[in-house]
Amino acid sequence: MNTPAKSRRYVRPLDIANGQVDLSHGSGGRAMAQLISELFLPEFDNPFLREGNDGARLPSEPGRLVMTSDAHVVSPLFFPGGDIGCLAVHGTLNDLAVMGAQPRWLAASFILEEGLPLATLQQIARSMGQAAREAGVAIVTGDTKVVERGKGDGVFITTTGVGFLPEGVEISGDRARTGDRILLSGTLGDHGMAIMAQRESLGFASAIESDTAALHGLISTLLQSGAKVRVLRDPTRGGLATTLNEIAGQSGVGMMLQESAIPVHPAVASACEFLGLDPLYVANEGKLVAIVAPEDAERALAAMQAHPLGREAAIIGTVQDDPYQFVQMTTRLGGRRIVDWLSGEQLPRIC
Amino acid sequence: MKYVDEFRDAALAQNLARSIATEAEPEREYRFMEFCGGHTHAISRYGVTDLLPRNVQLIHGPGCPVCVLPVGRLDMAIALALEHRITLCTYADTLRVPASERMSLLKARARGADVRMVYSAADALALAQQQPERHVVFFAIGFETTTPPTAVVIRQAAELGLQNFSVLCCHVLTPPAMRRILEAPPESLALDGLIGPAHVSTVIGSQPYEAIAATYRKPVVIAGFEPLDVMQAILMLLRQCRENRAEVENEFTRAVTREGNRKAQQWMDEVFELRDSFEWRGLGTIPLSALKIRERYAQFDAERRYALAFRPVADHRSCECGAILRGVKHPRECALFGTVCTPESPMGACMVSSEGACAAHYTYGRFRDREEHA
Repeated sequence: MNTPAKSRRYVRPLDIANGQVDLSHGSGGRAMAQLISELFLPEFDNPFLREGNDGARLPSEPGRLVMTSDAHVVSPLFFPGGDIGCLAVHGTLNDLAVMGAQPRWLAASFILEEGLPLATLQQIARSMGQAAREAGVAIVTGDTKVVERGKGDGVFITTTGVGFLPEGVEISGDRARTGDRILLSGTLGDHGMAIMAQRESLGFASAIESDTAALHGLISTLLQSGAKVRVLRDPTRGGLATTLNEIAGQSGVGMMLQESAIPVHPAVASACEFLGLDPLYVANEGKLVAIVAPEDAERALAAMQAHPLGREAAIIGTVQDDPYQFVQMTTRLGGRRIVDWLSGEQLPRIC
Repeated sequence: MKYVDEFRDAALAQNLARSIATEAEPEREYRFMEFCGGHTHAISRYGVTDLLPRNVQLIHGPGCPVCVLPVGRLDMAIALALEHRITLCTYADTLRVPASERMSLLKARARGADVRMVYSAADALALAQQQPERHVVFFAIGFETTTPPTAVVIRQAAELGLQNFSVLCCHVLTPPAMRRILEAPPESLALDGLIGPAHVSTVIGSQPYEAIAATYRKPVVIAGFEPLDVMQAILMLLRQCRENRAEVENEFTRAVTREGNRKAQQWMDEVFELRDSFEWRGLGTIPLSALKIRERYAQFDAERRYALAFRPVADHRSCECGAILRGVKHPRECALFGTVCTPESPMGACMVSSEGACAAHYTYGRFRDREEHA
């Protein structure tokens, strides 16, 4: 008996449970269209993406447009506290948020390695979709390419973000002034050490989870407190030390930190000790550095601590006049040292 | 962090700082050398100098394994990696040390040499087992701390009958270097005492320093690598100075005994014997100051296997690493420091390892230069 023509789809559904990415998924043909419609679209679903055009037509909003882009190449793809999917969303959103912008749209480009299980890709796409929905943004366009086996590391994801910056919000790395206070939203090094612990099989460090999170909620709370916020940054690669040196250079100032005020999770401190690393240089994916006018420091601290992502926030130092733009620190012991730029490579790929 | 935080405690540090200030006679200058790079690193990272009276000075010593490795030895490793199609394994710090003709092991890797970073000698041995078709050479450097693990892998390789594994042995000994520092050097280096090695002493014990303390009339205090260990050692040295004693004392009793680790010593002795002489960067050629692989294990000796010859090479003429390693110059007195020699592009070995005097001063302490010269 013949199957009636109307029940034929003439396309065999993707075998997500058992299938793997092959070169045809990046060829621009039917296989690619199917990958997008059956794997990505259900996870990212929104009207802009559903239009199926080469680009997304987006409504305008008051304020200035802010745009940023970030590539993600983390290995392993899944780690305690997150995966490359949510990381690719948070990383780009946070770059918009620390400009003071309200994130709205994301574009996502995938470089897939031949042989990647489709189930893994679906899990990553699902994590991206969930992270985007939680943050109130939409993934509106994207691209997929496939490289031969051995020429990638499973999947690389580049996300580009667009947001709107309200008039009157002026936050920039060159605005730190002598006397300003330096605030940190929580513990250092959780993301980097979660990855390292996984990679080096450090059993005792298994309690460490990545801190990957979208920061714009915390930043909104901080800005709404009315505190004069000069600089915001998320200390990712290179850690807090690198971020503060960048700001010191942009603003032409020095800084003095208090080591005893800087929060570090005990398991992170132990793992760093074991591997000979310094938590000041280890990557974070959900922490905020805020430089705030001195008279508003306490108010800003209270606002941050009232938000779930800022419960362990602390004032960790002061901006000072310094023609050499040194970031210095009073050590736990009571001595002083420089907190220098990261020199060389501290860790393999982590974000 | 248990067993670590106690040795970095601010209140205890303040107490020790007060005792040190009381013990130091104000009209006297004290110059103590911390022998090990591990001490140098702790002193710089925790800012220990800020807790000492101005008349108590710490001089950085030569105890940094990559710093004392002469260029000629690195050249041997680079030639081996480039010309003999072998896999060369070594510790991370060694990769960036500048060699002849602006080469380094890292640059050799960029030119196609198979150079790998390993965390331990055992990793190199494991690699040889995994890839039997390729010869693996472990470029072994360091003082008595890293020597026993090298002895162990050579013994294991012999037991396994491995044909594709050998060691380029550049292990050096602490006591002869200490003697060289204390022998009247050409420049004036009036030391009042030495902070003795931590990890080296866990292996060799405190006994080998006794003759040194007696011969040169210098107090030696063996200390751990935590900042409070260093401060306690300084206090003990000051007491010896006041009481006019020159003895070996052990601050690091939680890890060091007088005899050291007998088993480790026995294995070292089984696998290695003394070289007639060895050229050290900065300290010159010192007789009976380094180890070579015994005849019995000759097949695991890369020097014999590949007929490698050592050719001495002079350092860059403006590089002061030599004088810095002997303790007669401070990094800031080198014209290259912070101008063309930086951690990103090191000219001398002391700028490479985080234990090197120049790298430690650059990374943690260079703000002091302008204060002291203001």
